[in-house]
Amino acid sequence: MHPILSTLIKRIGLGLVSLFFVSLIIFSSIQLLPGDFVEAQLGQSRTEETVAAFRKELGLDKPFHIRYANWIVSAVQGDFGSTFSGRSATYANQPQQNTSRTVTSLLKPRLYNTFFLAGMTAIIAVPISLLLGITAALYRNSFYDRAVNASALTTISMPEFFVAYILIIFLGSMYQLFPSLSNVTSSTPFFDRVYLTFMPALTLTLVTVAHMMRMTRAAIINLLSSPYIEMAELKGLSRSRVIIEHALPNAWAPISNIIAFNLAYLIVGVVVVEVVFVYPGVGQLMVDSVIKRDIPVVQGCALVFALTYILLNLIADVISIITNPRLLYPK
Amino acid sequence: MSISNNQYTAKDEVASVFVKRTFLQRSWITLKKAPFTAWLGMTIVLFYVFVAIFAPLIAPYGEAEIFKIPYAPWNETHVFGTDRLGRDILTRLIYGARNTMGIAVLTTLLAFIIGGGLGLLSAILRGWVDQLLARFVDVLMAIPSLIFALMLLSIFGSTALNLIIIIAILDSTRVYRLSRAVGMNIAVMEYVEAAKLRGEKIGWIMVREILPNILPPLVAEFGLRFCYVFLMIASLSFLGVGIQPPTADWGSMVRETGELIQFAYSFADYQFFLIPILPAAAIGILTIGVNFVVDWFLYLTSGLKDEHK
Repeated sequence: MHPILSTLIKRIGLGLVSLFFVSLIIFSSIQLLPGDFVEAQLGQSRTEETVAAFRKELGLDKPFHIRYANWIVSAVQGDFGSTFSGRSATYANQPQQNTSRTVTSLLKPRLYNTFFLAGMTAIIAVPISLLLGITAALYRNSFYDRAVNASALTTISMPEFFVAYILIIFLGSMYQLFPSLSNVTSSTPFFDRVYLTFMPALTLTLVTVAHMMRMTRAAIINLLSSPYIEMAELKGLSRSRVIIEHALPNAWAPISNIIAFNLAYLIVGVVVVEVVFVYPGVGQLMVDSVIKRDIPVVQGCALVFALTYILLNLIADVISIITNPRLLYPK
Repeated sequence: MSISNNQYTAKDEVASVFVKRTFLQRSWITLKKAPFTAWLGMTIVLFYVFVAIFAPLIAPYGEAEIFKIPYAPWNETHVFGTDRLGRDILTRLIYGARNTMGIAVLTTLLAFIIGGGLGLLSAILRGWVDQLLARFVDVLMAIPSLIFALMLLSIFGSTALNLIIIIAILDSTRVYRLSRAVGMNIAVMEYVEAAKLRGEKIGWIMVREILPNILPPLVAEFGLRFCYVFLMIASLSFLGVGIQPPTADWGSMVRETGELIQFAYSFADYQFFLIPILPAAAIGILTIGVNFVVDWFLYLTSGLKDEHK
């Protein structure tokens, strides 16, 4: 078999295995709850019947592996169960009084918003940081390099909400250029949406550019010091040719890893930024549900975040395998 | 031919090369060569530690003491005014240093005890213990740690103890990877083999044979991990699921006073935007300070002169 194919299959298999274990952890986390979870959830006014009904609805009367299988099968089909909030002991037997909603109905519109924000950030941040990183590597130890590096270190050390508040003060409050509340709805037209999302996207850009730029710089410098680049330079090739034809093929792997790593980081950063700008995304939903301790929603959000995280890392590895010149030309 | 005092002798010159210096003298010589950023970082860190330790002596009022006027303007009695419940903001800032940093230090220590211990254990024992732990860590690291922490906090509830344990366990995965990797290099050395042959217990081998040799990277990692944990706790508190009131903490202070920002229309309204910015800046400045010190420490211990100069 071609070495690329076998490496790819191995990597994708590994990704699936880790996805399985992650879903297992997320599912079984509910088992860690101290005390009887059902009785605690239904509160003081519970009766024998409502407890039994709720237990049956959650499937707690079945063994663990069957519950997990049911959960994961319906999760794959997009059904994460229904929320705890709005469910009460008195109404447990009267479905019409039950204001509990399905997790999917909460998650779906917000998922689009979150991906919109992350995507917009990526479109701004990735080209800027690659450009800054490559130029900083080319003119390393110059004043430009040091200035870029120092500002990168500063933005890395700042918590996201600090950057967000500074932006709100200047762009939202003093010079009212952009709204500091990003209250988008599903009916917001595209350009209004971009305008409303600008401030959270800018915050995330500032936070990720620093990191991405530093890593790109390190990856390029690492490459430029290798003997074969020196050889190409000694042959008298022009600088641009050395970089594009000789350095870049080997740099794709680290660069794609850096981009994926930071897109994955965006997912985490998105939570705080969404809360600051009251942006209706998955992160805000998750934080709200954590405060309300609405565990099915938290599980659903965690699964979505973990899935994206694992997929991004998988894609990065696949790209670095495909572009690896050593694997492309097997001996 | 008599020997005069200023006559050249080889012995004098050789003798002057070997100057017996005390630890303090050696440290001072290293410190004198430290760059400006390292000095800045050390000053910041020492200042924070001082404030954290002597918080009750420095702070003008009690941690949760409530005064009559909420949102009092800045004046002599309340240097930075009061918050919406009428608590003195300067006092809360000073106590925040103690609470936020204390919890972060405890968490990082716990993470190092768990992660470092298991990492060294894997490095020495190898075999199925190593495989099992490594795979388990892989799975834990496949979930973003903030998301994982949020999920666990929703199940166990946000108490300070839960916060410390959850973040320490999630963070110990990184420590595990590092200590396992550097421990592997030492565990194959002859003197470790010799210690095993003379029948030393595994605890002795970990602490007395391997640990001293991998200390520099671990110390640097401790600084970086501390920053990470510190920012994570601040973020969680900012989200309202971290350190709970009435404990003063910088993250939740930003959250509680954040709405004041909308009243800052110009620089003349500096009080409005500085109140939430002060605790946020306190977080940022400490992280920068620690980063500066760690950078310098890495430079010293690795002997690397950045890239090629």
